[in-house]
Amino acid sequence: MNFAGFIVAQTLNAFSQAAILFFIACGLTLIFGIMRIINFAHGGLFMVGAYVGYSTVAYTGSFWLSLLIAPITVAAIGGIFEKVFLSKLYVRQDAGAYLMLTFGLAIILAQAVHLIWGPQPRSVAIPDLLRGVVVILNQPFPIYRLFLIAIGAAAAIALWQFLERTRAGLLIRAVSQNAEMVHALGTDVALVRTGIFMLGCAIAALGGVLSAPLVTAFLGMGSTVIIDAFVIVIIGGMGSFLGSIVGSLLVAFVQVFGAYYFQDMALAIIYLLMLLVLIVRPGGLLGKEQ
Amino acid sequence: MPLLECRGLTRSFGGLVAVDNVNMAIEAGEIRAVIGPNGAGKSTLFNIITGVLPVSDGQTVFAGEMITGLPVYRVVQKGIARTFQLTHLFPDLTAHENVRIAAQAQHADRWRPLAGGHVLAASRKVADEALEQMRLSRFSGVKAGMLSHGDQRLLEIGMAIAQKPRLLMLDEPTQGLSIEETDRAVQILRDMLAKGDLTVILVEHDMEVVFKLADKITVLHRGRVIADGLPDEVKANDEVQSAYLGGLE
Repeated sequence: MNFAGFIVAQTLNAFSQAAILFFIACGLTLIFGIMRIINFAHGGLFMVGAYVGYSTVAYTGSFWLSLLIAPITVAAIGGIFEKVFLSKLYVRQDAGAYLMLTFGLAIILAQAVHLIWGPQPRSVAIPDLLRGVVVILNQPFPIYRLFLIAIGAAAAIALWQFLERTRAGLLIRAVSQNAEMVHALGTDVALVRTGIFMLGCAIAALGGVLSAPLVTAFLGMGSTVIIDAFVIVIIGGMGSFLGSIVGSLLVAFVQVFGAYYFQDMALAIIYLLMLLVLIVRPGGLLGKEQ
Repeated sequence: MPLLECRGLTRSFGGLVAVDNVNMAIEAGEIRAVIGPNGAGKSTLFNIITGVLPVSDGQTVFAGEMITGLPVYRVVQKGIARTFQLTHLFPDLTAHENVRIAAQAQHADRWRPLAGGHVLAASRKVADEALEQMRLSRFSGVKAGMLSHGDQRLLEIGMAIAQKPRLLMLDEPTQGLSIEETDRAVQILRDMLAKGDLTVILVEHDMEVVFKLADKITVLHRGRVIADGLPDEVKANDEVQSAYLGGLE
């Protein structure tokens, strides 16, 4: 077998995996950074995104439209949840209460998906434009995975520039440091919180839609991916946006290469990575020690 | 019509009346100092005017409009900016970003996300000017947390003036500063106030600072106003002497 080709193909695989992981981890870390909430329902929202995407494709035939409809739908669900339920807990500042509430939402979302779409997995076809393979160093490689790498990188750069350069981005960074002060400067922080929650939900939904053609939309997809996302956020640093990029890449590479070289330990290996990071830097690679 | 009018403001904490029936009228363009010994209720008065604490009784009228009971951010939007006794900053944002966030929160088009660059550009300009006024331009790109304590206090004042307030409330701006830093801060504040377009309420412990900056002084003692007037009148007031100034010079 062609070794260089194998390495390149696995590397590209890892990048495409990292893209999917990034979509869920970055929302999780942004929401934590701004609101100090560990959103347990984030995996569920990712899953709902995948199913809404499936239905959009089924009704309209357009995969591209689903990339728009699913994030909007899920952002709306997230916005209502934040406004009606989550915001009632802010005065209590109780991490346990957030956990219970978002865990409750995760269960409700799973049941709702079960009721609406049934227990069987729903597969989404890869759009014509992205079907097929390209041959890289004599290794066939799916075009769709290259597309994932491109869209993941584009999203990461766009979000980073949004946070660094825009007014809203500055507001978000400021709220994560001192929400009370932002309020005292004349901005309604409640709106920023709702906005960031909706943004996090929309990005997760986008990840769900994009992963559906690879793994189908299935009921357990949320809980599978949320565990990886938690590991990423802990490795990268809770609340750190760049940390979520670095963490996604690390976890994806360890998963892809680990699964090949150490098949028996494939599942354990990302936890070993997390353990290592926690020993060396308890606050995560790019986070602050709390 | 005064710019700010406090009518019988009262705030009690359990049995303790921290602010007791305070009446105060501040004209536009005036620099008013509020002084008094520790525990006189100065900070509580500040906090009820700005909406941080609810009142037990009384009203605050700002530019002819009742602002009693409005949330903090609404009071700020009416044009009242304040600094805090303990420094409030965003330590991981640069000095310029700290001031810019104050400026952009006040821009009329702030809720138009696609307002193009003009809100951003305008906020940047206001931030540049505020830093210039506080003589902090050279620290523009430095993280606020890395500045000296004196510069942090000045940065905070810069954030307040970047809001283009109609009323600026300074809560002990020289608290914790060295003598040199205090002199520098007073000089900068004097230059800022010399333009005459700001109305200021200043809470301050340092009598030298108060007499250098204020047009009029209100003296609080145990939550009540015991004197109100020009600096010389207040200095000469017997009750003030015994309650407060007696210990000094």
